Amino acid sequence: MTHNQNRSTIIRAAIVFLALILIGKLFYLQVISDKYAEKAARLSIRAVIEFPDRGLITDRNGEIIVFNEDTHDLVVHFPFNRKNFPIEDFCRLVNMTEAEVEEKIKIANDSRFNQKGLFIKNISAQDFARIQEGLFKFPQFSIESRSDRKYKHNVAAHTLGYVAEISRYELERDKEEYYDIGENIGKSGLERYYESLLRGQKGKQFFLKDNTGKLKERYKEGSNDVKGAVGKELKISLDVLLQEYGEKLIAGKTGSVVAIEPSTGEILAMVTSPGYKPDMFAIKNLGKNYTALATDKDKPLINRATTSTYPPGSTFKVIMSLIGLQEGVINTNTRYSCNGGFHIGGLTVRCHAHAPMPNVTYAITTSCNAFYCNTYREILHQDRFENIEEGYNNWKGYLNRMGLGMQLGTDISGEKPGNVPNADYFHKIHGHNKWNYVRIISMSIGQGELLLTPMQMANLAAMVANRGYFYTPHFIRGQQIPEAFTSKHEVGVENRHFTTVVEGMRNVMLNGTGAYVQIPGIDICGKTGTVQNPHGENHSIFIAFAPKDNPKIAIATVVENAGYGSTWAAPICTLMIEKYINRDTVSQRPELEKKMMETAIPK
Amino acid sequence: MSEKIYGQSRMDGVTLLLYLILVFCGFLAIYSSSHGSSNFSFDFSTQYGKQLVWIAVSITLGAVLFLIDVRFFEVFSYAVFGFWIILLILVIFLGKDVNGARSWFAIGSFRLQPAEFAKFGVALALARYVSDIDTDMKSRRYQLITAGIILLPIALIVLQGDAGSGLVFFSFIMVLYREGLSGTVLLIGIVAVALSVLTFAFGFLALVAALIIVGGIITAFIYTNTKWLKYLWLIVLVCIGFTKSVDFGFTHVLQEHQQKRILVMLGLLEDPQGLGYNVNQSKIAIGSGGFWGKGFLQGTQTKGDFVPEQHTDFIFTSIGEEFGWVGSTVVIIVFVLLFLRISMLAERQRSKFSRVYAYCVLSVLFFHFLINIAMTINLAPVIGIPLPFFSYGGSSLISFTVLLFLLLRLDANRENELDSYY
Repeated sequence: MTHNQNRSTIIRAAIVFLALILIGKLFYLQVISDKYAEKAARLSIRAVIEFPDRGLITDRNGEIIVFNEDTHDLVVHFPFNRKNFPIEDFCRLVNMTEAEVEEKIKIANDSRFNQKGLFIKNISAQDFARIQEGLFKFPQFSIESRSDRKYKHNVAAHTLGYVAEISRYELERDKEEYYDIGENIGKSGLERYYESLLRGQKGKQFFLKDNTGKLKERYKEGSNDVKGAVGKELKISLDVLLQEYGEKLIAGKTGSVVAIEPSTGEILAMVTSPGYKPDMFAIKNLGKNYTALATDKDKPLINRATTSTYPPGSTFKVIMSLIGLQEGVINTNTRYSCNGGFHIGGLTVRCHAHAPMPNVTYAITTSCNAFYCNTYREILHQDRFENIEEGYNNWKGYLNRMGLGMQLGTDISGEKPGNVPNADYFHKIHGHNKWNYVRIISMSIGQGELLLTPMQMANLAAMVANRGYFYTPHFIRGQQIPEAFTSKHEVGVENRHFTTVVEGMRNVMLNGTGAYVQIPGIDICGKTGTVQNPHGENHSIFIAFAPKDNPKIAIATVVENAGYGSTWAAPICTLMIEKYINRDTVSQRPELEKKMMETAIPK
Repeated sequence: MSEKIYGQSRMDGVTLLLYLILVFCGFLAIYSSSHGSSNFSFDFSTQYGKQLVWIAVSITLGAVLFLIDVRFFEVFSYAVFGFWIILLILVIFLGKDVNGARSWFAIGSFRLQPAEFAKFGVALALARYVSDIDTDMKSRRYQLITAGIILLPIALIVLQGDAGSGLVFFSFIMVLYREGLSGTVLLIGIVAVALSVLTFAFGFLALVAALIIVGGIITAFIYTNTKWLKYLWLIVLVCIGFTKSVDFGFTHVLQEHQQKRILVMLGLLEDPQGLGYNVNQSKIAIGSGGFWGKGFLQGTQTKGDFVPEQHTDFIFTSIGEEFGWVGSTVVIIVFVLLFLRISMLAERQRSKFSRVYAYCVLSVLFFHFLINIAMTINLAPVIGIPLPFFSYGGSSLISFTVLLFLLLRLDANRENELDSYY
């Protein structure tokens, strides 16, 4: 008997041993491995998303430009349980064959993100009511309603940008992990730049679901839920009437207009042509329009105002005058002779016929080339400079301070810096410091290597209007404006020199190249530019601001391949100024307005 | 001794307490898995409501046992055994077909599973036969009859199509081991199981190679002893023969879904949507419980009905999910304490009948406990047997309770028993 009693000890030991194995395996499953907790959450919790309305976009007068309408997507939730899925009923609901449904589920599964896939995008209005009514039987599907953009004023497409479904690339780089598949995001322009403000905050309610995908109660009584918030209204500086007017004026031509309020840097209008209407890129229209617009040879998707660059031509003489005066190499009494141009060695920079021996004010008014060739020489070759590089960099410093040769940093992306070459660029061509002003003489009259965007030209006009400073041009208004847009950029030219230059610009309108487009009652100061274009007709350029005292608007217009600055760019600028300042519905110059609106200039 | 006043022993309070703890925990688990909400409410038409009725019935029946003369069970043990054997036979013809098995009688909404109660009959018959003073344990006749008492119900239950419940009866080997079954027999059994598993895992040829290599290595050490060598290679040959027959049986006798089930259980085949679905969901539910668990009624998997059979065979998943590793371990410890207590009760019996019966109770409860929990965490194949005192269902709760309470009845009477035999 003793022998068998020992066996009770063996039995007890075996029981304890086997129980320890169970406890050990449980420890592995529950404490060491964490993959089960993740799997459980994926299987049993579903976030029900409440998509907030996207913020409205309103113009400087409170006029609504962009608002919303709802669109509906049918989404499918994974892991997909086929066990309790009445596929015949579902096929009837969505009007598809079983094979189509299976195929769509497969596609949704392959591209799923966070356990969710898109089954039908943009359900049509008549399908929506029917599907929503019958969907309760299919808890693994749900309808998500999002806002699509509508346009009360169908203008400023490039500035506003567009909203579209987030790409997989964007999803994977979404550091906040805010977005989900099928959701919309600002793709360009202001919609993109102010995405986080406009989108608001998605509301999230976490629900427990059962093995058929049916939602049960709130997960943890809603303690993990996220409260939604509608998108904030984006107030922008555009004057939508001015914008509309600008688009009409430039229609049929290639080029752009940028108007800025000098005292704030707020952009009043940004027109680019050829362009498109923003509603062509509303979510419901995007698919059918995108490819055609993207492959159009006239490149209507390009925002020429910020990405096309042009030599400034004679408009640059305003800048040259300011630098010359500030450097003290010229003064109001300085006169240079012009015998039909500037001659040195075998080189001639030709000039048109005008009164002899101009001073700086008259040089601006009459746009004398010889005056600026001489001025450029004096600026670059001052006694205090050891070599050409020092002189050149001193000059280039003014340009950089005026925002040339670099991005201004406005609040739509893709802006080009233009071009102001480094001294090294010329060292390479001509040898280290083995060059002088003659080699780069064409820059003195705004030609050659110098390249500016229309927005940079408009900003120069604003800088002159302010007599020596500017604010980074921007669209946001009335909210918490980023500091970048409220800090003053001084360009380093004293106020008194502007009196001389502004006088010259005023005379351009009174008896110079702009005399033909002056408007009674508005003291416009302007400067034309006719830029030689090796590829075709000259580009027509004009910069201006008005009124002369307390300027309200600074503006630049470029019309490609159009000829003289005074023929196209100047009328468009002055019509815009007239519209903005007088706010008349009818122009005092109906003939001019009609000519601008109705003339097409093929590229 | 003879002048003692008999019949004064009391019911063992420790066992009763452990029993009540387990039943209470079981009720919580069923409440959680069949309630489906994290708000507390009560409704008798639900599963937890019915389970509460079964708990009351079980405890009442347990109490009734104390009113019956203790001698009754010993005297009528064969009759009880015979009664359930007859029911096991009848159910094959009259039972309700559930998932291809005919193991339930269904009379209206009342359902009865004789296999659950047959354990009780076998326990009584085994206790009676093994303790019989006329029995010669060395005789071939004794061994055959003992084997018959165990194998007869197994055969009948397998015929019903419920192999899992049949396996339970093999647990009585523990009783026989305690009562003197040769350890060699047990060892051979373990080696046979190990060889089978290795064959499924590595295949017949690999196993033959391994056996020959092991034989060769041992030969290198004992090559001087020709007598041992002979035994060694005889054993190797027998093992190879056994392996071959297992391999043959696996590929030719078992059906494909049975082969798959074994392979899935051994982790040799991934099948999370098919056969492995239950176990996969069970592991996710238990594994997601973490250290402390998600809290009572907070189990996301339990509430979402993700684990099939979660209120019956997979009831442990709701413990694992809602009470975590700590809760699971506490439940396992309470079970182990109960088992150790039963073993202690067994050893303090003076009647052999009582002792054998006690070990029968222990082996049945332990086997259910071990296989059921091991199944939920993928350490054992999915065979549909309940977790004692936890799984939903009247048949299993009543049968386990009666099984245990009869032990308590016998234990309470142990002083009298002494007198009646010596």
